[in-house]
Amino acid sequence: MKEHRLHVLVCAGTGCVACRSFEIREELEQEIIRQGLQEEVNVVTTGCRGLCEKGPIVIVQPDGIFYRQLTAKDIPHLVTEHLLKGRPVKKFIYVPSKKESPIPKMMDIGFFKHQRLVVLRNRGRLDPESIDEYIGFDGYRALEKVLTQMTPPQVVEEIKSSGLRGRGGGGFPTGIKWDVCARAPGQIKYLVCNGDEGDPGAFMDRSVLEADPHAVLEGMVIGAVAMGAHKGYIYVRSEYPLAIKRLEIAIRQAEAYGLLGENILGTGFNFSIEVYPGAGAFVCGEETALLASLEGKVGRPRPRPPYPAEKGLWEKPTCINNVETWANVPQIILKGSGWYSSIGTETSKGTKIFSLVGKINNTGLVEVPMGITLREIIFDIGGGVGKGKTFKAVQTGGPSGGCIPESLLDLPIDYDSLTKAGSIMGSGGMIVMDNDTCMVDVARYFLNFTVEESCGKCNPCRVGTRHMVQILEKICEGNGEPGDLEKLEFLARTVQSTSLCGLGKTAPNPVLTTLKYFRDEYEAHIHDKRCDALICKALISYRVLPEKCTGCQRCVSVCPTGAITGPRSQAHNVDLSKCIKCRACYEICRFDAIAGDAIRIETTREEEEEA
Amino acid sequence: MAKLKIGDLEKIREKVRKTAGLRQGKSRGKVTVHMGTCGIAAGARGILTAVMDQLEASEIKDVIVATSGCAGLCSREPMATVEITGNPPVKYVDLTPEKIRKILDEHIVNGNIVEKNALAIGSERTY
Repeated sequence: MKEHRLHVLVCAGTGCVACRSFEIREELEQEIIRQGLQEEVNVVTTGCRGLCEKGPIVIVQPDGIFYRQLTAKDIPHLVTEHLLKGRPVKKFIYVPSKKESPIPKMMDIGFFKHQRLVVLRNRGRLDPESIDEYIGFDGYRALEKVLTQMTPPQVVEEIKSSGLRGRGGGGFPTGIKWDVCARAPGQIKYLVCNGDEGDPGAFMDRSVLEADPHAVLEGMVIGAVAMGAHKGYIYVRSEYPLAIKRLEIAIRQAEAYGLLGENILGTGFNFSIEVYPGAGAFVCGEETALLASLEGKVGRPRPRPPYPAEKGLWEKPTCINNVETWANVPQIILKGSGWYSSIGTETSKGTKIFSLVGKINNTGLVEVPMGITLREIIFDIGGGVGKGKTFKAVQTGGPSGGCIPESLLDLPIDYDSLTKAGSIMGSGGMIVMDNDTCMVDVARYFLNFTVEESCGKCNPCRVGTRHMVQILEKICEGNGEPGDLEKLEFLARTVQSTSLCGLGKTAPNPVLTTLKYFRDEYEAHIHDKRCDALICKALISYRVLPEKCTGCQRCVSVCPTGAITGPRSQAHNVDLSKCIKCRACYEICRFDAIAGDAIRIETTREEEEEA
Repeated sequence: MAKLKIGDLEKIREKVRKTAGLRQGKSRGKVTVHMGTCGIAAGARGILTAVMDQLEASEIKDVIVATSGCAGLCSREPMATVEITGNPPVKYVDLTPEKIRKILDEHIVNGNIVEKNALAIGSERTY
């Protein structure tokens, strides 16, 4: 990575843009080249600094010199004095007034402070149903560049050297895929955008499509130019009606402007895009199954090779990339592969979007540079787990991923280190779990999901995962036996190594990682019949703690079976013969905040010991 | 709409910069309601209706009402961004129709940020 001596941060918030900060940036870039400083000085655009009335604002780092109300004609002087000679120009420097605003700046809030937006750069700031606004924020500028200044091989080369890897989860180098597809013989080629986002708790693709659909379209048109394709499909699951609606509006607008369709921008290039709503099968996120579904067949995978880039849709060379991958493309073309590859780690470049969900304070969508640690995402951005709870594990990559324990939280996030930990980057789902989560139950949940979504074409996945779930269910019900874990491991390895497609190959990951990092929990379930997280119903029972119960009757009103009784203002009783262990009373009891919990779940074992 | 040629895009950019740049427009400000699926599920449609009603009721005609996608912090939806011309944008969170009505009264009419509902001022950092 190239080291710059100075970074010049130009604010590109709406306020500063209105004061011509784009002009300032262009002038800065040109002046820096004129004075031969381009190797030493890096110009970056940033979000709003919250000081718009002093715009346009420029900050020079590492000194932290804050310039305000600049005009283009100030730039040559500024560059010579400060950037070349190292003398900050006093008359442009902002002097803060004494009064401080009581409301924090976006940059001071952990959730936003650690994020860096490339793909989501337009989120929340433009109207996704207006192509003019997209164009206004540098939209379709990359396409212009590709059509007027670059040859198709140059575009492929640029993507290759950017180091961009598939954001759907596999992490295959995008440039290489493009190269294979571009070189594949034949006149007819197809592009496909994979928006069949099916992982529980994942919503990256949906958010990109809803917030900035034109970025995906522009990426695809650039790809079409590079690979010589004239037809593209966007496969979006039909459970995303708003994403489909906004995409269709975007396509119509782009067609009306001549940015899609025939004779794009008057250059004679043709490319059209169609939206294809998927029917909701998880396996269709796998590329060969997706292509089968697009062809109108049952969505089932087929063996690879041949890879789709050689033989894909209707046997023609097909380049299939994920929504986020396509949305990265315009930025790479616009700002250059050198810029892109300066972000991230050795093997994983750029940024990645994660949907941060589960037992976490700030649920949301985050975009971070590769190489950031899980700890930073979960604690600095996500704000950690709930009050009084402790962090237990984070599940990345959905049903194909694994659970990562606290001890590995300082792992830098990139494709390879997550794979090494037994998980995968996946499309970016990140489910945080606290001490109320039973890892055996989690493994069972994810495996159950795969069992139901397995297409049934190959034996290991269809039969193997089902057997694994049966063992897990047995353990959760308190009927686990010695030897079960070994059996489970053997099955997992077999399914992993012999399944046809990615779904089966990765399905055992949740089991394998929980076995690796939380084996003691499995053993407690099997040997001691204990579920310390108080989740597995067969292994727990409920009782009222009379010294804490105020007799408020809130639990009485929610108990679906009438198991809890008792007059107002007196400690209640639980009739265990009626209790179905639904946890409703535990959740609704308010007195855990005051004096611990009035109703406590405890394991059977504990009760036996007490008795 | 006429099909664009190379170079026409720059004209659109110039036009958008002029109108998006509140300072050069004639509008007093802009209210953006974040309408991703998460926002809508949390009640963003009601917020948008309340904004339009309130502006109409107060006979304010120089405020732009816009919609946009998810602002990222889904757990604090519904969210809206209020921007007074020449001032940094302010993000409001956990809104209800009543809250946004009060915010419009205070922030747009009187120019005071409603601190208890505001998350932060400014915008995000892009590369």
